[in-house]
Amino acid sequence: MATTATATAQRKVKFVITRKDSPDAASYTEEFEVPYRPNMNVISALMEIQRNPVKADGAKTAPVCWESNCLEEVCGACSMVINGKPRQACSSLVDKLEQPIRLEPMSTFPVVRDLVINRERMFNALKKVKAWIPIDGTYDLGPGPRMAESKRQWAYELSKCMTCGVCLEACPNVNDRNSFIGPASISQVRLFNAHPTGEMNAHERLEALMEEGGIEGCGNSQNCVRSCPKGIPLTTSIAAMNRDTTKHMFKQWLGM
Amino acid sequence: MAGNSYLPRKIHSLLGVIPLGLFIVEHALTNYSAYEGGAEGFSKSIDFLNSVPLVFWLELFVIWLPILFHGVYGLYIAYQSNLNSGRFSYGRNWAFTMQRITGVITFIFIAWHFYETRFQVTLGNVKHEDLGQHMNDILSNPVALTAYIIGVVAAMFHFANGLWAFLVSWGITVGPRAQKVSSNICMVIFVILSVLFLLSLVAFRGDEFSSEAAAALSAVSFG
Repeated sequence: MATTATATAQRKVKFVITRKDSPDAASYTEEFEVPYRPNMNVISALMEIQRNPVKADGAKTAPVCWESNCLEEVCGACSMVINGKPRQACSSLVDKLEQPIRLEPMSTFPVVRDLVINRERMFNALKKVKAWIPIDGTYDLGPGPRMAESKRQWAYELSKCMTCGVCLEACPNVNDRNSFIGPASISQVRLFNAHPTGEMNAHERLEALMEEGGIEGCGNSQNCVRSCPKGIPLTTSIAAMNRDTTKHMFKQWLGM
Repeated sequence: MAGNSYLPRKIHSLLGVIPLGLFIVEHALTNYSAYEGGAEGFSKSIDFLNSVPLVFWLELFVIWLPILFHGVYGLYIAYQSNLNSGRFSYGRNWAFTMQRITGVITFIFIAWHFYETRFQVTLGNVKHEDLGQHMNDILSNPVALTAYIIGVVAAMFHFANGLWAFLVSWGITVGPRAQKVSSNICMVIFVILSVLFLLSLVAFRGDEFSSEAAAALSAVSFG
């Protein structure tokens, strides 16, 4: 027992982390060796570096910055590129990762510092497509229509979106040369248009998707659906919204 | 690009299928007549096309203008993409990458092919009845033959995969199963059309289309 404990204590996990001191600074990499503990994830390793900010070569450095909240893959804050793929640091178990573990920020977004990114564009996209249900009035509007259980079941899957940004990082059409809003908000249009009360404003959301940078920006690479940590059927949502915007376009032309 | 890109992108997708897809099928069948019916079969097909009323206007509105819009706007779409199939090595992402690469190849190929054939007819350097022989002259150069093989296969992939994307972009195939089935059908279309064009290249390389044979044929016909 004692020997196993020592062996565990001596084991190190190697990290190569892409760092950036400020939004305008150049990025660089630093290597770290973190003492191994059973069942550790990338966040717990980052916490270890925060406690003891010493690089693999023994030199002191500034602690690595990252963002995290829920630690159970529902908030979307700790998204980063881990060994080349965008995913959540909290659900990335060290035992299941190839070493050295390479951590990079999701550089599709503006990098604030180290692994911290600014996902503001996603929230702006949600505002643009009106991803909410307007129920406020000057008087009690009463209960809305009921939602069919069969519909609720698939709509619930869409509601799991945590605006984590992984689909935008994986999408080849989300970049500086393209105004595409990305898959997440398109799927949210499908969610809110499926809601019996939300449906009353369906045309407003469809028209937002038919603007510059809207749904036409999708090039069908389908990386989003392969990358989504919540398993949301993003490409089905996009195709369904393609169908609905196409119908809406003809209705507008024909004045229906 | 200023203004709303929804409509141009939608039209870009549609034009690739109607009318350009229909033109591709017509072109494949006309050329294949050279393989099936030899020089005589090919010249019959050409005579038939030239007998179509308003043929110039059909060419203009069904082929040239759609190709010009689809090609130029397509280059802009390709420019807007960050190809990342190295990092995300999934089948559909490879198709996405190839769609853009084959699009650029097809653009260059069609520009060259149009200049060599249809434009030379307009200039009066080549007559309609000599087109088979003209192709034989072009394809006797191994570099041109290689360019034609690459151009034809790239164009057919671009059309077949673009047909798949059209069905998604217009909201016809929505679920994953529908998209899988349409993908398989489109790949069959890619193979069939490629084979038709490649066989016609084989036919044009044949002795039947060489200058001497053409002279002999006209001697028989008009002699």
